[in-house]
Amino acid sequence: MTALRLEGRARVFGDDVNTDYIIASRRKRESLDPVVLRQYLFEEIDPRFARSVEPGDLIVAGRNFGCGSAMEVAATVVLGAGIRAVLAASFSRTYFRNAVNNGLLPIPCDTSRIGEGDHLVIEPGAGEGSPLAIRDVTTGETVIAAALPDIMVDILAAGGLVPYFRLHGGFRV
Amino acid sequence: MAGKTISEKILSAKSGRDARAGDVVVCEVDLALGTDASGPMAIDYFEAMGGAGVRDPHRVVFAFDHYAPAPSIATSRFHQRVREFAAAHGIGVWDVGQGIGHQLIVESGRAAPGSLVVGADSHAVTYGALNCFATGIGSSDLAAIMICGQVWLRVPETIQVALTGRLQEGVYAKDAALSLARQLGAGGATYQALEFGGPALATMDLEERLVLSNFAVEMGAKNGIFPADSRTFAYLEGRAGAAFSPVAPDADASYARQITLSLDELIPQVALPHEVDRVVPVTEAAGTPVHMVYLGTCTGGRVTDFHQALAVLRAGGRVAPGVQLVVTPASRSVLDALVRDGSLAEFLAFGAAVVTPGCGSCCGTCGAIPGDQVNVISTANRNFKGRMGNGNAFIYLASPASCAAAAVRGAIADPREFRR
Repeated sequence: MTALRLEGRARVFGDDVNTDYIIASRRKRESLDPVVLRQYLFEEIDPRFARSVEPGDLIVAGRNFGCGSAMEVAATVVLGAGIRAVLAASFSRTYFRNAVNNGLLPIPCDTSRIGEGDHLVIEPGAGEGSPLAIRDVTTGETVIAAALPDIMVDILAAGGLVPYFRLHGGFRV
Repeated sequence: MAGKTISEKILSAKSGRDARAGDVVVCEVDLALGTDASGPMAIDYFEAMGGAGVRDPHRVVFAFDHYAPAPSIATSRFHQRVREFAAAHGIGVWDVGQGIGHQLIVESGRAAPGSLVVGADSHAVTYGALNCFATGIGSSDLAAIMICGQVWLRVPETIQVALTGRLQEGVYAKDAALSLARQLGAGGATYQALEFGGPALATMDLEERLVLSNFAVEMGAKNGIFPADSRTFAYLEGRAGAAFSPVAPDADASYARQITLSLDELIPQVALPHEVDRVVPVTEAAGTPVHMVYLGTCTGGRVTDFHQALAVLRAGGRVAPGVQLVVTPASRSVLDALVRDGSLAEFLAFGAAVVTPGCGSCCGTCGAIPGDQVNVISTANRNFKGRMGNGNAFIYLASPASCAAAAVRGAIADPREFRR
């Protein structure tokens, strides 16, 4: 985690983006492959998104990101598009878990002043174990993320729940 | 030290620790559900994790409800994969036609008071009506449970919801749930528990409680839990297999906030497209044309729901020309009950299309998909754009009686106009 540094373009969404908007249920019934599903990413609310997304882009959203269905493809499809982190004012709890379990970094922070296309740099703040700092290079502002529970930090550090389980064989709290 | 909420008590018992809001605890899971939508991925994760055996196959169950019957080759293959995995590991399967997993867990008595039941589907919160700590998880968490029998949970703060008064004629639990969604908002209870209480509980039967628990997740809640009482025990009589331990909150339990929902003052409600918390009294939406009426789902697909809808259809005497009425019982036993008491024949006489028990059209994965610019009124819990499989349709949510009133008129209408 300490070596983490992400840099990319902000792709901005609003509040209450549900998992059906991230990937429609009717799409996942034909394939669970993120590489197939990525072509439908956000199709219901931004039909041009899937064509314009670039690896390294960062999703930036308002409150309650990933609400609705607990379907895990809504996390894996984001990774499949080359996106490694989602910044949001808050997450639905199932999306929060599914993101961590797949190594997609959820970053709870104040996203209200981040604009579409802003250039963001995400790095650990100064000091051991300090929360992530999100620097908006476009506006010059920096916001600090809320800390994640230790178990989520550990699962993310392992790379997701699969490598975590291969390492530990169970939960360690 | 302050007392505990129901959720704190159950998670203390399941983790063997003094669990308080904010703690992260590892809990023994009493039962975990996988569906045909979440199960195939759970098996992928299980194998990737190096899973050899399932720790306790009797604490896992699969239900084929999202693709019932399978509408494509890919979904048939999902069924085959889960069937083979379940057979190899001794896990039970509710196959196509048995119904919605959540309904089957409730009907079978496997959601016992005081237990921890999770489901790889967000509407697993439904079993909270039976005094279970019940919450939704993803496929990877289900895989972990299959391997080690445990889940980690952050103990939620609790919002106490006091229900007072009683529902007036023509007003139902669904109206209370919609009203609560408007009051709290779609993310208003995120990471928190809803704990229902208050004098109105004595007037609410179990099927009504299931509607409120089911809707908890639409406000972002982790669970929506009721205390157990004589109605809970009456429902479980003859269903529950094992002994159970009802859990009540301590009188000095600590709550994040307390809200009151006065059932006396409630009138029928409708959620407008495309947000579950965009709720208005039915009178404000009345007259909106309706082309499809959907009766079913884990919110509104039980026997009493169909009886309430049928009473309005009888009083109205017809389904308006141009309206497609779709009936999807939540389970096979609901369907059987509707056959036995003649309700199904009546629905058929009204021209209803009857679909295999399961999730049906609710999430657009099977069943009847609405056309472009079609207005649907549904007994379901979600009305997101594209939810029923077509982003060009508009979904309204209401009680079974309000949905039936719309079927009679061909437009949204107040079900209280159909009182006998």
